[in-house]
Amino acid sequence: MAYSDKVIDHYENPRNVGAFDKGDESVGTGMVGAPACGDVMKLQIKVGADGRIEDARFKTYGCGSAIASSSLVTEWVKGKTLDEATTIKNTHIAEELSLPPVKIHCSILAEDAIKAAVEDYKKKHSVEQKKVA
Amino acid sequence: MRLPIYLDYSATTPVDPRVAEKMIPYLTEFFGNPASRSHAFGWKAEAAVEEARAHVAALIGADPKEIVWTSGATEGNNLALKGAANFHKTKGKHIVTQKTEHKAVLDTVRELERQGFEATYLDVEANGIVSLEKLKAAIRPDTILVSIMMVNNEIGVIQPVWEIGELCREKGIVFHVDAVQGAGRVEIDLAKLKADLLTITAHKIYGPKGIGALYVRRKPRVRIEAQIHGGGHERGFRSGTLPTHQIVGFGEAARLAKQEMASDNEHVRALRDRLWNAIEDMEEVYVNGDLERRIPHNLNVSFNFVEGESLIMAVKDIAVSSGSACTSASLEPSYVLRALGRNDELAHSSIRITLGRFTTEEEVNYAAALIRRKVEKLRELSPLWEMYKDGVDLNSVQWAAH
Repeated sequence: MAYSDKVIDHYENPRNVGAFDKGDESVGTGMVGAPACGDVMKLQIKVGADGRIEDARFKTYGCGSAIASSSLVTEWVKGKTLDEATTIKNTHIAEELSLPPVKIHCSILAEDAIKAAVEDYKKKHSVEQKKVA
Repeated sequence: MRLPIYLDYSATTPVDPRVAEKMIPYLTEFFGNPASRSHAFGWKAEAAVEEARAHVAALIGADPKEIVWTSGATEGNNLALKGAANFHKTKGKHIVTQKTEHKAVLDTVRELERQGFEATYLDVEANGIVSLEKLKAAIRPDTILVSIMMVNNEIGVIQPVWEIGELCREKGIVFHVDAVQGAGRVEIDLAKLKADLLTITAHKIYGPKGIGALYVRRKPRVRIEAQIHGGGHERGFRSGTLPTHQIVGFGEAARLAKQEMASDNEHVRALRDRLWNAIEDMEEVYVNGDLERRIPHNLNVSFNFVEGESLIMAVKDIAVSSGSACTSASLEPSYVLRALGRNDELAHSSIRITLGRFTTEEEVNYAAALIRRKVEKLRELSPLWEMYKDGVDLNSVQWAAH
């Protein structure tokens, strides 16, 4: 399988690898995929007081394209609001990384990971609001 | 040391320079058609073909008259299975094989099923070896053909084909052995191994691609139907002009394989053990298939919590394979490892390293260090490794399948 230069770059020098504390109120965690399918992505976002994503971390079990897709989205979500982040589409990711058709599922997974992380953050905070009320 | 390092000798081997040298004159100088009976060009080519036939026969303890040239192992397996099944179809319609056979056997048996034959695909045990008892139990009164490989291409385990041969002979069932990965590595003596049909190919024993042979037993005589017609070459078993240079190469490769089998095996065994010793102490590393009943040049290992394709990409300085070369273009985990009962994760994270005549100690040391370093790096990236380290039971997790 021939990979694009961008995939190789992200794969060899992945950005923002690591983990935030899952319990932290400012952190949203999304885990998507399944080991049986050959890829699992964990994406975490840290949301600032202004509602913008100030930092992101990922860990991915999967092929080079899956690692590159998740590395790329950690860069893209930074500075975005939650609503802006969820407008990132798999087609943008696939285009940026020149993914071949058999690897499109990696970009779909990365899109799903963003949505799951945002969802997790929102869920945490809706519970909190209820508690306050 | 040149990079990348070739560690995929079960996919194919380089042509030994001694073999290549022997072949060249048969392309340019002695180019005659071995079937030309009326002049010296033909006689010269025919003599070379017959000399090669004797070398190939000697490698497997056969009579030269029992060797039929083919274009390679896929054709050999097709000729053996379709040829035997069709010849014996009035006697019965049942075929027995196993789930870990090469696709050249599995796909051919599937085709025979489409033509009306019935097939049993035996499971293998967790160590990759087929159970004699289960095989015995699968045989029916209408079983006409059993096909079991000698050595598995992915995990290198040696199947009990000698015992299966006795069983089939006793029951009067045609027994075919795909010995592609065994030839030149396992002692084969067809006086002792009761196979009726046996497939081998040149490019796995340092010969050229595009030439193979099917052994067809004469005593007791096994009957098969030809699959390729047109001229009646090879005593009617396989028509087509013989590629003299390819055959000469196969013959020389077989001669060298017989002569050097013991030293070749000793060489690769020492290197394989060195490689395994260098990675054995890593956490969550599993050898796939029996390590003892195995040819010495194969190491197939799974690194838990690391995905196979990214591992192959990480170790691109070494040419290794994940699963067999024929299936590694797809995203499916290896069917052979699945048949061993390996879960999807471990099947996905396997690499097959196969060493050979030209592998050096320096190359193996480099490979071992590279694999260690890259597996550690990928585990740092792996959410599954993180969960494992946190004591999470991955089987208890509800995964969102996609």
